[in-house]
Amino acid sequence: MDFSYSKTEQLFLQMIRSFAENEVKPLAAEVDDQERFPVETVEKMGKLGIMGIPIPKQYGGQGGTVQMYIMAVEELSRVCATTGVIVSAHTSLCMAPILENGTEEQKMKYLPKLASGEWIGAFGLTEPNAGTDAAMQQTTAVDAGDKWILNGTKIFITNASYANVFIVMAMTDKSKGTKGISAFIVEKGMPGFSIGKKELKMGIRGSATCELIFENCEVPKENLLGPLGKGFTIAMKTLDGGRIGIASQALGIAQGAMDETVKYTKERKQFGKAIAQFQNTQFQMADLKTKVEAARLLVRSAAWKKDMGLPYSADAAMAKLFAAETAMEVTTKAVQFHGGYGYTREYPVERMMRDAKITEIYEGTSEVQRMVIAGQLFKK
Amino acid sequence: MNIIVCIKQVPDTTEIKIDPVKGTLIREGVPSIMNPDDKGGLELALRLKDQFGANVTVVSMGPPQADVIMREAFAMGADRAILLSDRKFAGSDTLATSYAIAGLCRTLDYDLIIAGRQAIDGDTAQVGPEMAEHLGLPQVTYVCDAKLLPNGNLQVHKENEDSVQVLEVEGKCLLTVLASAFEPRYMTVSGIVEAYNREVEVWGADKIDYDETKLGLSGSPTKVFQSFPKAMKAPGEVHEVSEEEAVELIVNKLKEKHII
Ligand SMILES: Cc1cc2nc3c(=O)[nH]c(=O)nc-3n(C[C@H](O)[C@H](O)[C@H](O)COP(=O)(O)OP(=O)(O)OC[C@H]3O[C@@H](n4cnc5c(N)ncnc54)[C@H](O)[C@@H]3O)c2cc1C
Ligand SMILES: Cc1cc2nc3c(=O)[nH]c(=O)nc-3n(C[C@H](O)[C@H](O)[C@H](O)COP(=O)(O)OP(=O)(O)OC[C@H]3O[C@@H](n4cnc5c(N)ncnc54)[C@H](O)[C@@H]3O)c2cc1C
Repeated sequence: MDFSYSKTEQLFLQMIRSFAENEVKPLAAEVDDQERFPVETVEKMGKLGIMGIPIPKQYGGQGGTVQMYIMAVEELSRVCATTGVIVSAHTSLCMAPILENGTEEQKMKYLPKLASGEWIGAFGLTEPNAGTDAAMQQTTAVDAGDKWILNGTKIFITNASYANVFIVMAMTDKSKGTKGISAFIVEKGMPGFSIGKKELKMGIRGSATCELIFENCEVPKENLLGPLGKGFTIAMKTLDGGRIGIASQALGIAQGAMDETVKYTKERKQFGKAIAQFQNTQFQMADLKTKVEAARLLVRSAAWKKDMGLPYSADAAMAKLFAAETAMEVTTKAVQFHGGYGYTREYPVERMMRDAKITEIYEGTSEVQRMVIAGQLFKK
Repeated sequence: MNIIVCIKQVPDTTEIKIDPVKGTLIREGVPSIMNPDDKGGLELALRLKDQFGANVTVVSMGPPQADVIMREAFAMGADRAILLSDRKFAGSDTLATSYAIAGLCRTLDYDLIIAGRQAIDGDTAQVGPEMAEHLGLPQVTYVCDAKLLPNGNLQVHKENEDSVQVLEVEGKCLLTVLASAFEPRYMTVSGIVEAYNREVEVWGADKIDYDETKLGLSGSPTKVFQSFPKAMKAPGEVHEVSEEEAVELIVNKLKEKHII
């Protein structure tokens, strides 16, 4: 068993770390404060290939591994969780389902532009009445001969107002329950499709989270993704993969908060010594460090299984559950170790604490992860 | 255009810490990196490649571990990599190093050689100029900009202490460049994915034409007599006072130390 980074991964880490430090970190506070989608960063990431890491070369991707992709999400999120989720939603929730379920024509049409970063991807499953209970889809798609007609509303969609390609779930046959849900590839600008209100959020404030509105939206016949009635399965499998990305986002946030806290507690003096010298600081930080490393192993193991083509659904759920809860704990304690300064915007830990919370909610709440894990555990 | 870029693996001196007790450098665990000026040199070569088309070959003399900087060069965009590695080169000073690398260059078809101005560990800034001498090439040092003119000559900006000289160089030449002038590009993801699938050619001394007495220890007239870390200076003191008070303070300090 080899837990170390391969030579290729080491080279990749060198690159992504310096990119994150030099290009992403300097913008993080402003992106949060102004609730600004960092378009310039996305453009740079596109040029370097960061927007298409695990996509095969023949579809315009970089031919990298899932492992490399999640390392990128971790390193980006370590300095800016907004940038991390842009890459994660784009890669796991839009490109992955096209790669895994698309026809050759669909892959050739969409993947090269997505993988190069020229286009940004998004995924629309959640609706006002279909959150955790995603099967309650109210968006409908009706077969109108040469096209599909979509009606309905999606909410909380990451990347929405900057995306060009959307994977959208809609009901094609209500009588069949989840087997009546189908997946579609919808392009920005298709007639009857518009972007609705943008959410004002607690964290990842630079990420554009908006409504998608379909009013007799016309989608070409060939844009059905996968077989008719397989949309729910596609959505659930997509989320399995996405959870590894969000787990890495959480891991990155936790690591970033650790880094800041180690630095700060060594500098800050009270009672004549650095607060890092108090045993309370040391013991708590030791526990946090242990959890961060455990989270990293869970995340890497889930990614490894996906790379190997092994089942990884419960692994992804465990990685996301544990990494998200670790991120919340580490960031909350990081603020505590920073005292009053940590509560101000002068230090990044307050942002990290706000950013961490979302990792316990999207792509399945922590409760949902427990359902997935227990489901596997008690399956007969 | 065929460009050779000389790259050297060096310890990341910004990461080197001083042992507070012994006052010596702690080299253990210090990562090795591509020498910054050489990365600048590679960047210049790649810019020339982007603008005018070129074949970029990176060459290095060093132990097998230097492989990693060759991979990094591939991932940035280099076309070919040759690592000169042989026990015969052990103990080389700058003269023997430049002799060996010049010998390697002689076997290649090139129009331009780019070296870093200086390596951050050896710090002599001699290897580039010495190579030019071995090869009988014109050289421009401290280069901060270069472009290819329509007549095929290179126009080169050379940084002097208080001015910049613009020179035109005809024919083959050697440039030594400054890291500060050529912000290196990032490795690309696809370059990284491919880096370890490509071949770094490892050459022994037998691949070059050489005179045994000019290689390695025997070819090295410089003998290091002794090396020691510089004693650390005591930290300075900062006083924010008026001019009059400052004069008095300084005079008193100097008296205290029996300097005046
Ligand atoms: C910033 C942001 C970005 C998002 N991005 C996307 C996106 O790109 N695409 C997309 O489709 N969606 C996206 N979402 C939606 C997100 O996935 C949902 O918000 C999430 O799945 C929870 O659904 P809900 O908000 O309706 O909460 P609810 O389902 O109403 O849940 C409320 C609470 O009840 C709990 N709960 C619900 N059911 C059960 C149960 N059976 N047992 C125990 N507890 C239960 C939940 O765990 C939760 O704590 C995003 C959301 C946000 C906030
Ligand atoms: C007496 C003496 C003995 C030495 N013995 C040894 C020894 O036993 N083992 C050992 O490892 N080192 C030894 N060195 C150090 C080594 O030879 C020098 O570091 C080397 O010659 C380069 O000199 P520099 O670092 O000053 O480079 P500089 O002259 O400052 O470098 C200028 C540029 O030349 C190019 N360049 C320099 N060296 C190389 C290289 N190896 N490959 C490719 N390009 C290069 C780079 O582009 C660099 O930016 C010795 C040095 C001396 C003076």
